[in-house]
Amino acid sequence: MASTSLQAATGNGNGNAAILSKVNKSFGLGDTRVHVLKDVDLEVKCGELLLLVGPSGCGKTTLLSVLAGILDIDDGEIDVFGIRVDNLRQAKKTDFRRDYIGFIFQQFNLVPTLTAAENVAIPLLIAKRPYQESLKQARRYLELVGLGDRSEFLPTQLSGGQQQRVAIARALVAEPRLIICDEPTASLDGETGKHIMEMFRSIALSENRALVVVTHDNRIFSYGDRIAEMLDGRILSVHTN
Amino acid sequence: MFRIGLKMLIGDRAKYITLVSGLSFVVLLFVQQGSVFCGLMVRTAKPVEAVGAPIWVCDPNLQSIDDSKPMIDTELGRVRSVPGVKWAVPLFIRQVQVRLKDGKFQTVRLFGLDNSSLIGRPSVMLEGDPAALNAPDAVILGKAESDRLGINGQFPKIGDTFELNDRLARVVGIADVPRDFLSNPYVFTTYDRAILYAPRQRKQLNFILAAPQDGVPVEQALQNIRKTTGLGAFSQEGMQWLTIGYYMKNTGIPINIGISLTLVFVVGMAIAGQTFYAFALQNERYFGALKAMGTRSRTLVGMIILQSVTVGLIGYGIGAGAATFIGWLGRNGRLAFYTPYQLLIISFGVTMFICLLSSLVSIQRVLRLEPAVVFRG
Repeated sequence: MASTSLQAATGNGNGNAAILSKVNKSFGLGDTRVHVLKDVDLEVKCGELLLLVGPSGCGKTTLLSVLAGILDIDDGEIDVFGIRVDNLRQAKKTDFRRDYIGFIFQQFNLVPTLTAAENVAIPLLIAKRPYQESLKQARRYLELVGLGDRSEFLPTQLSGGQQQRVAIARALVAEPRLIICDEPTASLDGETGKHIMEMFRSIALSENRALVVVTHDNRIFSYGDRIAEMLDGRILSVHTN
Repeated sequence: MFRIGLKMLIGDRAKYITLVSGLSFVVLLFVQQGSVFCGLMVRTAKPVEAVGAPIWVCDPNLQSIDDSKPMIDTELGRVRSVPGVKWAVPLFIRQVQVRLKDGKFQTVRLFGLDNSSLIGRPSVMLEGDPAALNAPDAVILGKAESDRLGINGQFPKIGDTFELNDRLARVVGIADVPRDFLSNPYVFTTYDRAILYAPRQRKQLNFILAAPQDGVPVEQALQNIRKTTGLGAFSQEGMQWLTIGYYMKNTGIPINIGISLTLVFVVGMAIAGQTFYAFALQNERYFGALKAMGTRSRTLVGMIILQSVTVGLIGYGIGAGAATFIGWLGRNGRLAFYTPYQLLIISFGVTMFICLLSSLVSIQRVLRLEPAVVFRG
């Protein structure tokens, strides 16, 4: 793992990557207040790929955001590898994301003016690793996702599937312990989507790492170890595949 | 991350070129207009430089070298007797009319130099010898603008003649002199002859040139002259600034150039501000992604400042370089163009101010940006 200013986290003792307890989150004030997460309890285990499913507006992405320390919660507890994320101040949360979380976005969010290798190197550069060393490491991860020959390509020169593979390499390059994926296959055709999910299982998953994937795409449900179903801000059920 | 910031800037070619070219144009206009202003102001004082003397004595109410307030001739003797003054000689300066061979009239700046010493004569002669001024009707012409005294725009030659106040003047030398604000040709002759060339006035002596004795500071000699004679006394630099100050206060040049510079500033702000704003909007998602991935806000702010400073430096370099090149092209012409280092420093400061102020829009957006924006489809 990249160097961290946070206290070294070894886990929460139960083989869990993350534990969410009675998490509540709402947006807005007064009459416009919307209660998005309602007493959410959820465990994410090390070494698993957890799918978070449910209809639009049920709170999946908000849950993902609070789990990653992007959004603050109103009350409840979030423990990620033994770190109480909900207690961290903003600057520490930023460091926590840098050191523990890898992100894969629906729209990839690759910087269009950077090459694939430079995009992949970003998490290392954020962690203040030297530029050339970061690029070298980024190229290794591009090899891993099968894009070794595309490292100097700009995102616009890559297909959607290739861009998502670059995003996967970027999420993995700093070796984070929790990878957060928001609709990773939504912008891809069925075959490419399946290929990406296979890649998640073969490359991203490891004993000390967990993946949480928000998806609408029922074609990829079979790739999850467990599926947590959400409705109206609550976890309805969690079942094992 | 700063290298990434620069790549984000330069990689967006269209916006980058818009920003750099816009700022370059702004800097070009700013330096060009500023240089024209400085050039015009410096030219007002060029007659002082053309004569060149350590001390200028004049009527205490004189406002500029173009102002004629003659003193009585006995003032020369009083100045010579002031402690600390090594020598003092008369100088006559007046705008007079020349009647050309074709019957046309042209205004010239007439310099009447001390008959014996010829102090104040041009330092660089292109043709002829200053000593030739001792010949009857002799004048030396400054080359700049002297084409106005020739026929059909030809430069006069040694031996050419024209009339000054119905008296003959014969060219015995051509000197290298600077162009001045009024753009009139310079005619040098002896003091006694200059008085004859100019329409008669009750008093004629309008300047006394002097020098301090060895070991006496100029400022000390100036104070002695003022105290002893009650006359105005200036160093060469002081006389130049007196003249520049007069033109600054009494002409519309500062206002006109000031309006131009203000417009340049506003246009620069508009170009840079709009482009930076568009840049900020376009990159919001990516800044959001960087924030989500653990980039601290202060790093993002640093990246934005680096982007704006980079654009500013490049724009400044191109703009100031282009303005200087324009000045260089016109160095031998009538273009009044002078770029002091202070103008370059000020224009650099203005450029950086424009860039940093414009980047505040981006900075504000980035600081307010919720990293959760990256999860929006």
